[in-house]
Amino acid sequence: MSEDIILDIQNVTKRFPGVTALSDVSIQIKRGEIHGLCGENGAGKSTLIKILSGVYPYGTYEGKVIYDGSELKLEGGSIRQAITEGIAIVYQELTLVPNMTVGENVFLGKEPSENGAINWDKLYAETRDILRKYQLDVAPQAVVRHLGVGKMQMVEIAKALSENAKILILDEPTSALAEAEIEKLMEILETLRSHGVTCIYITHKLDEFFRITDSVTVLRDGKTVTTQPTGNLTKEKLVSYMVGREMKERFPKGNRRPGEVIFEVNDLHAIDPNDNSRHVLNGVSFDLRRGEILGIAGLMGSGRTELVTTIFGEYGKITHGTIKLEGQEVEMTSASDAMHKGVSLVPEDRKRQGLVLMQSILKNISLANLDQFSKFFRIDADAELAASLQQAKNLAIKAPNLLVACDSLSGGNQQKVVIAKWLLSNPKVLIMDDPTRGIDVGAKYEIYKLMNELTEKGVSIIMISSELEEVLGMSDRVMVMHEGASTRILDIREANQERIMALATGIAEN
Amino acid sequence: MTFFHDLQKVLRQNIREYGMYIALFVIMAIFTVLTNGVFLSARNMSNLINQTGYIAVLAVGMTLVIVIRQIDLSVGFLAGFLGAIAAIAMVQWLWPVAVVIPFVLLLGVIAGLISAFLIAYFGIPSFVATLAGWLIYRGLLLQVTAGTGTIIIPDAIFNAIGNGYVPDLPIPGLDFIVGHKLTLLLGAIGIIAYIFGEINGRRKKQAYGFEVLPPAIFVLKLVFIAAVLALVTWVLAGYNGLSWTALIVLVVVGIYSFITTRTVLGRHIFAVGGNPEAAELSGISVKRITYIVFGSMGLMSALSAILFTSRLQSATTTAGTLFELDAIAAAYVGGVSAAGGVGSVFGSLIGALVMGSLVSGMNLMGVDISMQYVARGLVLAAAVIFDATTRRRGG
Repeated sequence: MSEDIILDIQNVTKRFPGVTALSDVSIQIKRGEIHGLCGENGAGKSTLIKILSGVYPYGTYEGKVIYDGSELKLEGGSIRQAITEGIAIVYQELTLVPNMTVGENVFLGKEPSENGAINWDKLYAETRDILRKYQLDVAPQAVVRHLGVGKMQMVEIAKALSENAKILILDEPTSALAEAEIEKLMEILETLRSHGVTCIYITHKLDEFFRITDSVTVLRDGKTVTTQPTGNLTKEKLVSYMVGREMKERFPKGNRRPGEVIFEVNDLHAIDPNDNSRHVLNGVSFDLRRGEILGIAGLMGSGRTELVTTIFGEYGKITHGTIKLEGQEVEMTSASDAMHKGVSLVPEDRKRQGLVLMQSILKNISLANLDQFSKFFRIDADAELAASLQQAKNLAIKAPNLLVACDSLSGGNQQKVVIAKWLLSNPKVLIMDDPTRGIDVGAKYEIYKLMNELTEKGVSIIMISSELEEVLGMSDRVMVMHEGASTRILDIREANQERIMALATGIAEN
Repeated sequence: MTFFHDLQKVLRQNIREYGMYIALFVIMAIFTVLTNGVFLSARNMSNLINQTGYIAVLAVGMTLVIVIRQIDLSVGFLAGFLGAIAAIAMVQWLWPVAVVIPFVLLLGVIAGLISAFLIAYFGIPSFVATLAGWLIYRGLLLQVTAGTGTIIIPDAIFNAIGNGYVPDLPIPGLDFIVGHKLTLLLGAIGIIAYIFGEINGRRKKQAYGFEVLPPAIFVLKLVFIAAVLALVTWVLAGYNGLSWTALIVLVVVGIYSFITTRTVLGRHIFAVGGNPEAAELSGISVKRITYIVFGSMGLMSALSAILFTSRLQSATTTAGTLFELDAIAAAYVGGVSAAGGVGSVFGSLIGALVMGSLVSGMNLMGVDISMQYVARGLVLAAAVIFDATTRRRGG
């Protein structure tokens, strides 16, 4: 039986000053299986990966890691050794060079050369072979910059496989992917499994465990809770293992009573401001009522983000159509203009667009609303602090104090800081672009609760989401986008995953 | 023993912040010993401040430029060119000083806005845009001084800016006080204001439950800084008192410190430097900030031009050579980060004083100019290495 096990993690404990990140963790991973690794942020998943990749080298942890029959002893300083041993990682943030071709990226750092000159024919031929073997649908000569996120992921996988990886670790590979691309990734994983590659699969999206994994290990607070064949598990069981208690509902019930129409978009067309020939919106119409959550679903590239940034005055050039706020036609020319009119945007990527990471929670919360606290340009520090403290309390931001820099916070708390920033401007319409991306179940639940509280106070929310369950769980109505246009707005009672997907992929017209 | 334990902890936590003060202190101490005390003499200190002044104001402007992730290479020759314009206006056009100074300051702002226009409107990298400015202003400086060569400025009021001292208070009956009374008075006010400000700030932080220094360390810090301020005041008061240059630099640093730490504009500048995209989405116009910061840089270039031209009492064909690099070096020694969003105006002033002290000290010791450059280069490298290593540990 033991030859079945490719990776045997035995009683591994990893201590940091003051914290025990992993305590007595044991996991057995069978050769050729897809093994899910599940747990809230801070449960120890990333620490475990860092041990397997050599970021925390042999000797800095207790316990043993038996890999392919012998103990894994990685030296620190570089993840190179792990890769040569056959353990490769595809990170959540893609690590490709955008201006190079697929082939150049796959062979980056190990270009086949003769007498110091790169053998380009060989490089592209081998790239093609790898791509073909695992049925990755990308052209070796394509420049990475022009590829979508889904294809970039394929290049990452090809890069890992070009090293003859025996174990491929995928760290939240789908967090930036839309449904169709996730589907494709699942197919790729099936292919890998059929070629005998072992995968460790980490995600926050629970349904993916059930779609692809053979078994799942749940970590909580640095300990292994359980390892079970996926067939024995249900979503509810998984969640209760993760949080350590029964969680009855993933989406809190709100008491929403949508009122009159407050915001209307009519037949909106827009072009890319940097490229007049590119149409990013081709006719979007919807209305939003007071105290309502309107979900926007659609594939990556369907124009969801373009729609909200155009409304917000930061991206597309509107060529046709109108936007009405409280019955008045409005034109928002910039973020600050939109904000003054009562429209706020929680952007898609909190680290890149939402926060000044090196600055304190306090400075981030007040950033968009300093005018509220200033007289003759001078900031009233007391007023700023009082208002920020109030927000931090309402949103239950967990931090030692407000002077802590945002880069030390967890994803969920970072997102709360971004939301706090926008709530300070008292928006009438709050646009949230993928508000729970990459944050754990507990923090998600708190953000959903917050959304319910806001709508009960009369704030209207437009929520974009890549997770269909979230759209279905939180929205009053769902607008589906396809190729830059709105297809149809479904009432939540008539919406389900199949209908949304049919509209999003253009299979169904209405 | 808790005192020393606390002290150690505080120093370790704030090593980045205190590092440059320690560096300045060490450099000054070394030169004082090596020159048998001449370095710390009132006369030399006074000279040091006057020589550092025109770089310090550039460093202040440059701090903000680097904070928003840009660079300005044109400031040296812009200062040289504007100095020549000031000289020509006074000597050839016979304009009064009261007109020349605002005129030159205005030209500086316009020059800065032109750089900002290239950067913000056309999206040209600031390195390239201001390198073009470097060439253009150098050419213009040579052009306007081509006929005359060095232009001697005979105006006593203008020349006092770089060489003169603030006159003393004519208070009768206080003759028993030895030294420059106004300087002593300003020094005393400064020390009292500093102590009150610190105590007040500490009380507020405590009220909100933020971490503050342990009491003993806090008192030590107050005493130490007050002592340094008192020493500087006493040394200067024993000579001619406060020079006009020193007063201008202090006012500029005071205003810029206030803007960067207490105002909406300052917050916006640092947010743009920390994350331009998040700043833009928070309703801050990155373009507007770029115009303001480069406009201020132009203003500081003009001020530097006035200080330098006045100090030399003439405009020369090579004025402003390498000023931009001295200012950039001073800002980096003072702790600005090229990654953006980090830096302080006061730090850059200290950085300018560190670099100025090196030059002054080595001149006193008769060190050859070739080795002076090497020494300054090593100190700059050391400062940035220190910054990088302490940052890594902090993060």
